[in-house]
Amino acid sequence: MAEKKSLGKEFTKGLVAENPVLRLVLGTCPTLAVSTSVSSAIGMGLAATIVLICSNIVISALRKVIPSKVRIPAYIVVIASFVTIIQLIVKAFVPALDSALGVYLPLIVVNCIILGRAEAFASKNAVLASAVDGLGMGVGFTAALFLMATVREVLGAGTFMVGINDLLSVFSDTTFNGFTIPFLSENPMIIFVLAPGGFFVFGIMIALSNMLAEKKGKKRAELRGCEACPMASTCSMNGSCEEKDKEVSE
Amino acid sequence: MEMTKELFSVLLTAILTQNFVLAKFLGICPFLGVSKKVKTASGMSLAVIFVMVLATAVTFPINKYLLVKFNLEYLQTIVFILVIAALVQLVEIVLKKYMKSLYNALGIYLPLITTNCAVLGVVLLNIESNYSFATSMVNSLGAGLGFLLAMVMFAGVRERLESCDIPKALQGLPITLIAASLVSVSFLGFTGVVESIFG
Repeated sequence: MAEKKSLGKEFTKGLVAENPVLRLVLGTCPTLAVSTSVSSAIGMGLAATIVLICSNIVISALRKVIPSKVRIPAYIVVIASFVTIIQLIVKAFVPALDSALGVYLPLIVVNCIILGRAEAFASKNAVLASAVDGLGMGVGFTAALFLMATVREVLGAGTFMVGINDLLSVFSDTTFNGFTIPFLSENPMIIFVLAPGGFFVFGIMIALSNMLAEKKGKKRAELRGCEACPMASTCSMNGSCEEKDKEVSE
Repeated sequence: MEMTKELFSVLLTAILTQNFVLAKFLGICPFLGVSKKVKTASGMSLAVIFVMVLATAVTFPINKYLLVKFNLEYLQTIVFILVIAALVQLVEIVLKKYMKSLYNALGIYLPLITTNCAVLGVVLLNIESNYSFATSMVNSLGAGLGFLLAMVMFAGVRERLESCDIPKALQGLPITLIAASLVSVSFLGFTGVVESIFG
């Protein structure tokens, strides 16, 4: 069914209607962790997007070869290979980004967005559609990260895009290295770059996107049960974790 | 003595000041997803502690005697995730066959843990920090205990939230995240505690 949709739709759905962070609530860990500064958010978004496109292409190309019983381990191997490649590239060309992202760079392997798209889309669709889906989801992820990092960096540090030069200098000779905002940088609300600020800003952003979605008559973003969980097929809980909740409490 | 002191300091840091969920944002999915009831939250956390310690015990020798020895450190990510996935499957099969009661308590959460970033995270952080085997094990235990503490505390908060009158826009996930933010503020209070105890 999805193959009948135009490629343009495949791309745009990742941006707004099915934004992985704000609508599907996937990949929350990196979203909260690297959104302390805009430059590391962009770096993370780019890295995840490249992994997502590449893994979607390979998994989609191999979708008829991979036996369905071992598909999750197979997907993990494909994703981990691309993450390793990205890790080596970032280490070699943008060492400052490598130290800013730290352990979250290798942790792209377990980012639910990537495994989730492999399971939900790439394993069922043609190569080109999967690549476009990966691009759309990746750009949506980056956009959400960018928005959140903007709020947190401006309020929490009083700067905007500081450190972006490490990333830009790979591509061109620009000396642009972000802005310092006059009043805010003297009196930053540090709590916004600390962990509580991350949860708070994310909560408010989900609330806002819910309000917009409701105005358009769409469903609210919620943590979904098994339908969004990439592990659902191998999970022995048979049904939702919610049901298990009830069972245990009884 | 010096050793014990270091181990204690690592343990407390992992539980309180550098709490995996509330300070490092690792394992947010189960933190938000499985924290509706205290009982499920503690079951899930115990399974996480178990897998974290086991994964560290297995990956440490693999890294030291295989990857580092043959200059294959760049394969860490791919090797560790496969080891963790295989380990979780193995543990699940063994528990199901031989320890039925333990399986009923922990086993049901095991498949969800394979792609839990906290487990891969603790393994990678141990190696990044150049910890010895003992310190790695203690750090993993601390990370797991910190996860348990955060999960159980947060489940308690969420059980109270159920009976609250919440503005419509904030109902569901947003209020859960804001509650998490407040729980996280309380953990900020531990900043500097470990340093002042152990100097």
